[in-house]
Amino acid sequence: MSKAALYGKTLSELKTVVSELGLPAFTAKQIANWLYQKHVSTIDEMSNLSKKARILLNEKYEMGLTPPQSYQESVDGTKKYLFQTNDKQFIEAAYLPEEKRNTLCLSSQVGCKMGCLFCMTARQGFQKNLSTGEILNQIASLPERDTLTNLVYMGMGEPMDNIDNVMKSLEIITSDWGYGWSPRRINVSTIGVVPAMRRFIEESEAHLAISLHSPFNEERKQLMPIENVYTAEKVVAALKDYDFGRQRRISFEYIMFKGVNDSPQHVKGMLQLLNGIKCRVNLIHFHPIPNSPLQGSDYKTMEMFRDKLSQKGITTTIRKSRGEDIYAACGLLSTKKLIAEEGQKDH
Amino acid sequence: MKTQKRRTLKATKVISNTVLNDGVHCIKLERNFNFQAGQVIALALHTDDEPRLYSIASGQNDPYLSILFDVKPMGELTPPLSQIEAGQTVYRSDPFGKFLCQEKPATWIATGTGIAPFIALAKSGMANDITLLHGARTLDKFYFQDYFEQELGENYLRFCTTESSEKVNSGRLTNYLQTAENLPTNNKYYLCGGSEMVIDVREILIARGVPFDNIVAEIYF
Repeated sequence: MSKAALYGKTLSELKTVVSELGLPAFTAKQIANWLYQKHVSTIDEMSNLSKKARILLNEKYEMGLTPPQSYQESVDGTKKYLFQTNDKQFIEAAYLPEEKRNTLCLSSQVGCKMGCLFCMTARQGFQKNLSTGEILNQIASLPERDTLTNLVYMGMGEPMDNIDNVMKSLEIITSDWGYGWSPRRINVSTIGVVPAMRRFIEESEAHLAISLHSPFNEERKQLMPIENVYTAEKVVAALKDYDFGRQRRISFEYIMFKGVNDSPQHVKGMLQLLNGIKCRVNLIHFHPIPNSPLQGSDYKTMEMFRDKLSQKGITTTIRKSRGEDIYAACGLLSTKKLIAEEGQKDH
Repeated sequence: MKTQKRRTLKATKVISNTVLNDGVHCIKLERNFNFQAGQVIALALHTDDEPRLYSIASGQNDPYLSILFDVKPMGELTPPLSQIEAGQTVYRSDPFGKFLCQEKPATWIATGTGIAPFIALAKSGMANDITLLHGARTLDKFYFQDYFEQELGENYLRFCTTESSEKVNSGRLTNYLQTAENLPTNNKYYLCGGSEMVIDVREILIARGVPFDNIVAEIYF
């Protein structure tokens, strides 16, 4: 019988584990400390646990940590790591070093159900939700783990479609008994799955990034099927129900497609839609994917768009593209080919 | 710091629960509100449960509201929902959504229970100038086929991947789209179903010359 993974359990889940094993309640916090602060790789290294506790834990649990299988490095220093999940699926995570900060772009699902027209991950369909441990393994098993300053949930998958495990991972990252990170170093992205987004806003303090890509309903429907159910208007209306304070940031991601969503009318539409929300807008250059009917806007148009939004008081930036040459840039992550190859192997 | 405002769910009585085939049910609910064909409702068994979304599968003028669902054995909602009986209560949101499919001429494409918004549209008198392509694994999964046969005649095409019948095309709907002669590129294409079908069909349509802005998809997630 395969053993359950210990890594990824919250403190309350660890309390259940120790209770079921007949161990003292304080052992849960000790285990959390070894897992998330001392970063041990085996149960046997948890030296302040009794021998009996380690034996019992080893009988039923394994650590559940898996090192990356491989990585590719971009000319700009970005590294794309490939991780294999317990059930032989693959995910990618992108490490983005900069002068003053080092960011890890995490995946939350293998594949994605949301079907956005411009996204490579969507093309591979949906395989599964990552467990909390599998989400956190991307951090814990990263060779650059100790240099990380920021996390973004913007890799493969829609985080709000795996909200339970994403929330648990955030709990572990931000708790005193966990990694102890400030939630202000974490940004979670969504296309606007409203109910889960509300839960995230209410139960977390991390920043929120919303993939918008058009302020107009009919047009956004063509780019993002979610617009049929949760319109941008509804997403914005939901955001207006909350006070985000001065520290918490709301941003809108806007991939610019030539001749589609880059006109002055779109600037007006954005201003109208975002009126009354304290937010920033990140303009993203589209990285064409094979057989895509879309093309990226030129930088001159992007600058015009940025300047017009900025003039009207919305802080707008053009996001620097990273890792394009290794398909690590925004919207390019995909493990479809690897999953297909793995499926053909005779295990 | 924050206000909490989640969707308010309303208690609604179940009129009937019909098993359409193994694992697929059609539930009729009492109705005293309006909706637009193509919209969805969020449904839960208790007020505190996280509701799931279902396309409305009945006409705007029907005196009840129907939904169609697959029982997901590991799911939290559908196994108990499949056991629900007439007279019992479920909790639903107001109807919402914008998959209204109003442009014509149009081709509607569905697999499995993705047929739900299209039966709502057809029963609401919106099936003129429409071709409907429905794909399923077995012949018993062409829900509402009698209605569509009568309403759409030759413009109702069924594709079955594992069984054959006189009225039903054998093979995949995607194969048909790849090879069909005179596939109308100016039609509006409305797709509803799982993400894999939607992505495959959208790629084929674009490859065959249908502009991406003529394609609108609703994905079940």
